[in-house]
Amino acid sequence: MAHSTASTDTHGHPADPSKRDMLELLAGASAALLGAGIAWPLVSSMNPAKDVLALSSVEVDLAPIAAGQGIVVSWQGKPIFVRHRTPEEVKAAQDAKPGELNDPQTDAARTKPGHEAWMVLVGICTHLGCIPLGNKATDVRGEWGGWFCPCHGSQYDTSGRIRKGPAPTNLAVPPYAFESDSKIKIG
Amino acid sequence: MAGLHKSEFANPVINWVESRLPIFTMMQKEYGVFPTPKNFNYFWNFGALAMVTLVLMIVTGIFLAMNYQPNTELAFDSVQHIMRDVNYGWLIRYVHQNGASMFFMVTYIHIFRGRYYGSYKAPRELLWMLGVIILLLMMATAFMGYVLPWGQMSYWGATVITNLFSAFPVVGPKIVTLLWGGFSVDNPTLNRFFALHYLMPFVLVGVVFLHVAALHITGSNNPLGIDVKSPQDTVPFHPFYTIKDSVGMCVFLMIWAGFVCFAPNLLGDANNFIPANPLQTPADIVPEWYFLPYYGILRSVPNKLLGVCMMFASILLLLALPWLDTSKVRSARFRPIFRILLLVWCLTFVGLGICGAHKPEGVWVILSRLFAFYYFAHLLVVLPILGKLERPLPLPESISNPVVRGAMGKVAAVLLIAGGLFGMQGVTPAHAEEEIVLPQQKWSFSGLFGTVDIASAQRGFQVYSEVCANCHAMKYLHYRDLAGLKLEPEQIKAIAAAVTVPQGTNDEGEPKEGPATPASQFRSPFINDKQARSRNNGALPPDLSLMINAREDGANHVYAILTGYADAPSTMKMQDGMNYNKYFPGHQIAMPQPLRDGQVTYADGTPTSLDQEARDVVTFLAWAANPEQTERKQLGVRVILYLGFMACVTYALKRKIWAAVH
Repeated sequence: MAHSTASTDTHGHPADPSKRDMLELLAGASAALLGAGIAWPLVSSMNPAKDVLALSSVEVDLAPIAAGQGIVVSWQGKPIFVRHRTPEEVKAAQDAKPGELNDPQTDAARTKPGHEAWMVLVGICTHLGCIPLGNKATDVRGEWGGWFCPCHGSQYDTSGRIRKGPAPTNLAVPPYAFESDSKIKIG
Repeated sequence: MAGLHKSEFANPVINWVESRLPIFTMMQKEYGVFPTPKNFNYFWNFGALAMVTLVLMIVTGIFLAMNYQPNTELAFDSVQHIMRDVNYGWLIRYVHQNGASMFFMVTYIHIFRGRYYGSYKAPRELLWMLGVIILLLMMATAFMGYVLPWGQMSYWGATVITNLFSAFPVVGPKIVTLLWGGFSVDNPTLNRFFALHYLMPFVLVGVVFLHVAALHITGSNNPLGIDVKSPQDTVPFHPFYTIKDSVGMCVFLMIWAGFVCFAPNLLGDANNFIPANPLQTPADIVPEWYFLPYYGILRSVPNKLLGVCMMFASILLLLALPWLDTSKVRSARFRPIFRILLLVWCLTFVGLGICGAHKPEGVWVILSRLFAFYYFAHLLVVLPILGKLERPLPLPESISNPVVRGAMGKVAAVLLIAGGLFGMQGVTPAHAEEEIVLPQQKWSFSGLFGTVDIASAQRGFQVYSEVCANCHAMKYLHYRDLAGLKLEPEQIKAIAAAVTVPQGTNDEGEPKEGPATPASQFRSPFINDKQARSRNNGALPPDLSLMINAREDGANHVYAILTGYADAPSTMKMQDGMNYNKYFPGHQIAMPQPLRDGQVTYADGTPTSLDQEARDVVTFLAWAANPEQTERKQLGVRVILYLGFMACVTYALKRKIWAAVH
């Protein structure tokens, strides 16, 4: 803009500079807005498409999962742990004191009332995205009997709360609801 | 001359960069103060417009490539995925699709400008030749891009164009096999065309850079075609031509947006809405409008090899144009005979295009030969001789002292080109068979501002579900898409849940079925095409998702078929199992009359006449084929108003900036 004024001045531009400045401002601003208007749909096209958004819920039948066992289902491309906890595991989770926890949260806040035996978690270690072990009874489950991440040794308790290792927060609980006593809908 | 560049910018950061890489000085020299003849007319916009188009094509193309699948099984579906599911996917694709046409329009006008004002003559020969190479690269890129959607025209266009090379003796068939990567156009062909279609625009950028670099050595030509003699003849490029190009750009983008938002498929072919079928060629095979003149030349020659050679020669010959034209005078303004003959040549080019759009029969063959003859005669005979014989008008002293005023020839030229382009588009390919005239109905969705009548489309969905869906799939629609017909999520859930669809496999690995969800595709009545054929007397009921786009004048066509059943005239011998229909090509259709009075019962109490049912189902299908149409037209109004406002502002600013020069 500065150059433009300079070069026209050398041509002895006569007329009313304020009107021209105004027009330059208006043209520049509208060009910038046009550029933004072109960029917006392009950037927006990189967000999830309608078909991806439409597949954002999945139903899980709980009946076949024995106490002490867990399964992994896929939701939005992520592994979801669904674990049927034994009464001892539930008790251990509920008895944990806030002072012992790195990311304090009660077990009740992480389960649905009346369905405390069921733990539903996003199975992605909050450290760097690996999938922790521990769904099978034969897996390494760490000192707290929950999950153990093989990548950098983070240990989660039976409520999926971080107890030891580099992970900063508890395993996330996805949005889900009980459709019946033996069926949940995630998402 | 090693050592740091001496920089005199005040800003220390710019200074630091500048002393190591003097790009700011270069930009200032080449685009800031660059001395440019002051007498350009608006024809000199088109180089900049082509540049803008190239950039927009590359940008939209990159975003399309993020969602496109270059695989014969997936390509057509992935384009529909872009059109229906990707955010603004329809907008990006239509900009890109119509952008190809815009690119050629702009480039053809740019070439005409060069021809008319003699911009190809010394010292700008190399600049011109680089331009011809750009045109060739553009053609290759456009051709390969047209193959990617993998519709019928994509497939058969690819087959025909690659087969051109088979005309060459001995090596021809080997070249074709090499291009295909197989023994017909197939997946390897599509893969490599995608790779090359992505690559070529960047090669194009490179050649465009050389084209512009050469321009900045010789300087621009101008409408008078005389050399710049003094600084009084020039103005700095910025702001004089940056602003003038901006005015042109706003108008150009308005036209482009007009196509995208109001007539996105006007320049396309209905057949390309039908997925590629290697076993059946469409009845009329016509290239895109910008290739028609060359196609006309190809078909004007009865010999295969000669035809192909002539077609390639028609472009390659342009490389020699600077030497074929022996006149020293550049601008056609001062060459009265050349000027007329050049316009005649342009007419033959347009004429060849019109011939290319018609079946090569009767008068079209004779005309195309006449036009092709003049096309070459003009370049090879007329130009060399005319340059020697013609007596040019006296040239003006200098650009700042033009004794001779420019005539209105340019106006005629613009009209000629515009008329030609539209003329070429206006021609519908002539059919050999008897012409079926479709009765024209009034539709809620037609016209520039028409919107889909939602109530009618909802009733049409009912007709589709209760009647059509027994035989016809609509695989590009999902139950969730019904939100576009203003159905509530609960209604959509209920509609979906009432339908049983395949749902992968159960725990034992057997295929299983279950109630559909909003995310499910519309249920297909048959497992596959084979089953569909065997249950329908050998005929395949086509998918209806894109039916309205896949036929010329689709809405009227489908309506006419649905209401066109009658008793066969006694003179007609009907095949077994076929039904007479007034509007079906050949009048024998496998589908029995699907709709009759009272076929369905409408909840809203609308009377169920055949006419009403047909109207409703066509409205539904028109929505289904282009679910974005209402949003698209609304966006079009806003975009065009905005660009119109911008055109006014830039024009006012241009007037102010140029006030001192005029």
